[in-house]
Amino acid sequence: MIDFLGQVWDWFGDPANWTGNRGLPGLLRSHVFLSAVSVATAAVVALPVAVWLGHTRRGGALAVSLVNVGRAIPSFGLIGVFFPLTLMFEPTSRPLGFWATFIAMVALAMPPMFVNAYTGIREIDPALTEAARGMGMTGRQVLTGVELPLALPLVMAGIRNAAVAVVATVTLSAWVGCSSLGTYVFVGFAQRDRVMVFAGGLAVALLSIVTELTLGGVERLVDPLRPMRRRRR
Amino acid sequence: MIDWGWIASNLDDIWEATLQHLFHSVLAVGIGLVVSFALSLVALRWKAAYGPITWVTGVLYTIPSIALFTFLVPVFGLTSIWTAQVALVSYTLLILVRNIVAGIRSVPDHVVEASRGMGMTEARIFREVQLPLALPAIIAGVRVAAVTTIGLVTLTVIVGQGGYGLFILRGIGRRFLTEALVGTVGAVLMAVVVDRALVALERAATPWARRRAA
Repeated sequence: MIDFLGQVWDWFGDPANWTGNRGLPGLLRSHVFLSAVSVATAAVVALPVAVWLGHTRRGGALAVSLVNVGRAIPSFGLIGVFFPLTLMFEPTSRPLGFWATFIAMVALAMPPMFVNAYTGIREIDPALTEAARGMGMTGRQVLTGVELPLALPLVMAGIRNAAVAVVATVTLSAWVGCSSLGTYVFVGFAQRDRVMVFAGGLAVALLSIVTELTLGGVERLVDPLRPMRRRRR
Repeated sequence: MIDWGWIASNLDDIWEATLQHLFHSVLAVGIGLVVSFALSLVALRWKAAYGPITWVTGVLYTIPSIALFTFLVPVFGLTSIWTAQVALVSYTLLILVRNIVAGIRSVPDHVVEASRGMGMTEARIFREVQLPLALPAIIAGVRVAAVTTIGLVTLTVIVGQGGYGLFILRGIGRRFLTEALVGTVGAVLMAVVVDRALVALERAATPWARRRAA
């Protein structure tokens, strides 16, 4: 085992694994790009709907069923279904398998974002929004001045959860021919190269941790109520 | 777009994959339940242990599933059922331990004390009073664990195991929509059916709750 970990260490030290198409920097870039585009698209689609439904206090049943359905649909299956479908339309502007992975990742990212944003706004004490209205604020002002700032920590937590899940799952893109850090795992299994498999898994796990920590930091930075929360403690 | 003829002529394979998928899922949740139960007993007996136990199971839960497979490869090999099972089991632990402990702790003190007053031993109180009353919370945890596991079992094809993942992988290889769709829809249907079955089990196992509702 120690010997094996030594081989993994050597693998990361090998300059050949740091250059070219199969190099760590290149695959990391593809991995992060595909993840970022998917999460951003999911946010643009899911967040406005969630915020509006939360603001109007409608669609609670939708939120619940979305989580349950989201949990039951396997991402690998979605990639597999959309792979032949997207090939039919031949969008060749991106590498093979890019769009299939993209669609599956958007589907994976939307439920946690939607539910967190929705509950974040929905669960605000009605006394607060009524007070805001009583002060003469319009619906839009209540939304931007009261509801969104209060819900921001939960909204951000939803984005973070979605991003971590997507970064972990983009790994599967390698199975449809689109390179990512999963390429090491895929090629490693095909060539029965345990060291490469392990190194790929380690790279993915490290990237997930970095994603979690980075977005956690962003979450604290953008929370408008953080100074107040700190003082109260 | 869907090749119904392929489905009709491969029903035997689909049935076999269904059984394999169910076997892997049930085995993982079953082992997960046994391990979680042991961990929960420790956490209930020694309160200080609950924090560390949820921390460790929480870390296991956050490791990406494919990464976890790769970490188990040097231990069990590239295509071992245990590479798949250990990863699957470790994902069930956090949710199961949390629900078991919360379920047992939510049993009101006066109920436990009344049982003690009736002369029941601690072991019997646990088996006949606390456990049945905690059952809805425990089954709620098993439902989440089961649905998650059934989805993850589609990935065990990567480490050489069968189940619906095989159709997805072959569908990708042949660029054949029907086959990938069979694997995906199969996994979703299994998740829904198992979830409904667990709800029915809960109703059957807690007749007092039904009577109260009526």
